[in-house]
Amino acid sequence: MRVTTERDRCVGSGQCALLSPEVFDQDDEGLVVVLVEQPAEAQREEVLRAADLCPARTIRVHD
Amino acid sequence: MTQSADTAPQAGSPLPQFPMRRTCPFSEPPEYAGMRADHPVSRAALKVNGKPAWLVTRHEHVRQVLGDSRVSSDLKRPGYPHQFHIPEEMLAQVRLMMLNMDPPEHSAQRRMLIPEFTARRVREMRPRIQQIVDEHVDAMLAAGGPVDLVTALALPVPSLVICELLGVPYEDHARFEEWSAAMMNHDLSPAEYGAAVQALDMYLDELVTRKENEPGDDLISRFLEKNRAERVADHADVVTMARLMLVGGHETTANMIALGVLALLRHPEQTAELRADPALLPNAIEELLRVFSISDSGTARVAVEDIEVGGVTIRAGEGILALNNAADHDESVFPDPGTLDIHRKEARSHLAFGYGIHQCIGANLARVELETVYGTLLRRVPGLRLAVAPDELRFKDDAMVYGVYELPVTW
Repeated sequence: MRVTTERDRCVGSGQCALLSPEVFDQDDEGLVVVLVEQPAEAQREEVLRAADLCPARTIRVHD
Repeated sequence: MTQSADTAPQAGSPLPQFPMRRTCPFSEPPEYAGMRADHPVSRAALKVNGKPAWLVTRHEHVRQVLGDSRVSSDLKRPGYPHQFHIPEEMLAQVRLMMLNMDPPEHSAQRRMLIPEFTARRVREMRPRIQQIVDEHVDAMLAAGGPVDLVTALALPVPSLVICELLGVPYEDHARFEEWSAAMMNHDLSPAEYGAAVQALDMYLDELVTRKENEPGDDLISRFLEKNRAERVADHADVVTMARLMLVGGHETTANMIALGVLALLRHPEQTAELRADPALLPNAIEELLRVFSISDSGTARVAVEDIEVGGVTIRAGEGILALNNAADHDESVFPDPGTLDIHRKEARSHLAFGYGIHQCIGANLARVELETVYGTLLRRVPGLRLAVAPDELRFKDDAMVYGVYELPVTW
């Protein structure tokens, strides 16, 4: 599993950082940062949840 | 199947009127379930002016519309589904709030505000929010019941929090709370609405000018400082931004505090679970946000190009209301949607804060405020109960944001 985001389209809702804090964070501008590009399989569910709840749909999960 | 406005199922018969009202204070308007099932994207006539607009009711479609860059939030565009009567000449002069802007103007302003509301920043505000809540609960307990929970707690807590964040003197709260309550009322005349906006703007105009000269440690001052470098807003835009933050920051949260407490009082078993295990609170809050979805019609849009939603073609220039209260009762996402269930797995999928680029910027702050208030009441006022018969409560059926006017409680 690999995670990518489009920072330019991020609206700073922080849902990803709240739902999956080991994988996502917000930088000084409040925009998405991926902390772990290849999260462990155990985190799949929360990462998919973060991707689904992202209001700007900027999170992509690649298998 | 593709339909246009001309061949919608209701063609020929009078269109249903919007807004539709809740008949039960704890349920969505009764028409919504049938619409979701039979004609999930359909036309209605706006009560305020009789003009048609599309109502979108399924969760999937509401997300689709709110995530589509071919729809606009600009209330000056012809076809925008207004819910207040605003005369043409007044509309021309309206300064757009961020929630009525489209990119790139919207993105430029929002980017300057995002750092104020990150998960981390909001977490840092927790201790101060707890202190504010404790002070108000202390005062409530000292005064003794019955008290109106709206004036004792639900309104002053978010009001103080947003005042401190913005750098607005709290001594002035009675004035702006009155103006902001007036601005939420559907039934106000254009003159009354205009007067409330103008009074609040005059107040904020002076405040912004003061901060231009003597910056403080607050959101407005930080916005002004960044704006000196990037220049995305003029003075009047900053006043409008401050108005949006002030009104959006307390009215909605205040309504949600009172409604949530009322809902918990109606469900003593679930309340007992929450008291025993506060770790259940965050999900319970998502569920409360879902069942009430208090800003149902806050997600008004107008199509800029023809778009297809659920097999229906919405033409460029037609108004759309993507109803989040209808979406949040969509049984395909939330089984048994009318039932409050603090353990509901999918509760967080609600659209009560909207969706897309305009999703509520203060959502995480609201969540912390709700958690602090509910958590503190559960812990410190275990005997809390209604001090009147439930049918004596008056609900804000006529307002843009749903709520309860007073909540008399005792313990």
